[in-house]
Amino acid sequence: MRRLPWTILAWACGLFFFFPVLWMVLTGFKREADAASNPPTWVFTPTLDGYRQVFDRDLTPYLLNSLMASLFSTLLVLVLATPAAYALSLRPVAKWRDALFFFISTKMLPAVAALLPIYLVVKELGMLDNVWTMVILYSAMNLPLAIWMMRSFLLEVPASVLEAAEMDGAGLLVSIRRVLLPIVSPGLAATALICFIFSWNEFFFAVNLTATRAGTAPIFLVGFISSEGLFLARLCAAATLVSLPVVLAGWLAQKQLVRGLSMGAVK
Amino acid sequence: MSSATLEKAPARPATRRVGRVPSRRDRWSRRAPLLPALVFAIVVTQVPFLVTLYLSTLSWNALRPGSRSFVGLDNYGTVLSDGRLRAALLNTVVLTASAVIVSVLLGLGLAILLDRKFPGRGIVRTLLITPFLVMPMAAALLWKHAIYNPAYGLINGILGGDTDWVSRYPMVAVVATLVWQWTPFMMLIILAGLQSQSLETLEAARVDGATAWQTFLHVTLTYLRPYLELSALLGSIYLVQTFDAVFTITQGGPGTATTNLPYEIYLTTFRKFEYGEAAAAGVVVVIGTIVVATFALRVISGLFKMEVSR
Repeated sequence: MRRLPWTILAWACGLFFFFPVLWMVLTGFKREADAASNPPTWVFTPTLDGYRQVFDRDLTPYLLNSLMASLFSTLLVLVLATPAAYALSLRPVAKWRDALFFFISTKMLPAVAALLPIYLVVKELGMLDNVWTMVILYSAMNLPLAIWMMRSFLLEVPASVLEAAEMDGAGLLVSIRRVLLPIVSPGLAATALICFIFSWNEFFFAVNLTATRAGTAPIFLVGFISSEGLFLARLCAAATLVSLPVVLAGWLAQKQLVRGLSMGAVK
Repeated sequence: MSSATLEKAPARPATRRVGRVPSRRDRWSRRAPLLPALVFAIVVTQVPFLVTLYLSTLSWNALRPGSRSFVGLDNYGTVLSDGRLRAALLNTVVLTASAVIVSVLLGLGLAILLDRKFPGRGIVRTLLITPFLVMPMAAALLWKHAIYNPAYGLINGILGGDTDWVSRYPMVAVVATLVWQWTPFMMLIILAGLQSQSLETLEAARVDGATAWQTFLHVTLTYLRPYLELSALLGSIYLVQTFDAVFTITQGGPGTATTNLPYEIYLTTFRKFEYGEAAAAGVVVVIGTIVVATFALRVISGLFKMEVSR
């Protein structure tokens, strides 16, 4: 019974942190009048009006742009990062440590200092407001993270397994496909998840380089910034919708989340 | 540190081929898988900085066509003597430091709560990580309109009163939103640390007659130090670049009260169109970041050595 106060405190903290999210979801199902009431409305008849209006205002293309930018950049990152991680772990280049730190240092350089040249180059190439521009930029943004993560997963492959494959006379590519990939595929999935989350939520480059054609989900939300509460229910419906994919993915993959967020340093 | 979970040493790969001089062919076959990523990273992240360096020597306002001319280091003079930029620098430090410190402390507290078994622990953990998963842009809007709003926001709705939280306490409003989002991140990393601590050490401390508080202070906190450092470091890397929350909640205001460096440079670029000055400010930020990052890399490097030596 000594556990009871502990349980109550922990639950209270959990609910306190979760409450704004719950409020967002609830408000999304209110009528506008109930959403912007003071005192707050706790009991109400749920309505889908907010969601309907969000789709009427064409949220779908923004979601599709986000999906494209996130999926393709995640793919590109994995294609670049996995061999690189291999060359920094199992069969390392001479200066693997320097290379590893070079990659992480690119993550530390502030995006804002690169904004102007990137904007000018992209404009020159006629690639403003283009999803593929975002794919490239998000890939660069997530590459260091993915390399560090994949490296930590590759290092867990037991040496004996690789040597056994070598002994059997399996070529490099065969041993990668038959031996390495099955072992690291959970790691690959975790890395993909993290890259997807960061791309999906990215705002800084999206707001400066995209507009109506390639605008991603957070860009759809910009319209609500100064809407002064006239559309609180609609705002919450939109916020819930655009957050949903990442929230669900994060819930399902909590274990991998820790490892990914610490770039493989913490299991 | 036998029970620590920071990743295992790459002792094997580093020493595997010692004693054999690698042939040219061997060296290149090792490099080949690395090259695409390396080239990609250099082209997309390093080249823009060189361009920034060049642009910073131009007087170039995009609103005045044909006004492009070489001015040497003039932009740096303008930028360094600019009160706005200095305010932005100070705001960035205040914003990053307070958000990181508060969320690490809260994260530590929550991690300790979750380190013990209690009914529904998995659910509480899931509830706690949710704020971090909400899209930052959505979170910023939610706090601005649904929580801080003076007329119908949740705070005034529950507590009463008509305080306009955002204009009255702009920095606190931004930091609170960021803390809400980043505490779960800190908690997850610290919790991983707590759960990797060996029970024997704790048991030994208890047998030696240490109180729970003493054990926590001298054993657990010492053990957690690398995890606390890691969470603070990663948090700083992300939070120093905060843009969404400032852009959404305060637009840097009132005045320059919450304008941080990313937002100030964004304004110089896309509101004032002073390309030369924006580039010079960018270079100054990069130099500042290099100084901070050198320190940060040393911390990572320390963790790294720990991992290698084990």
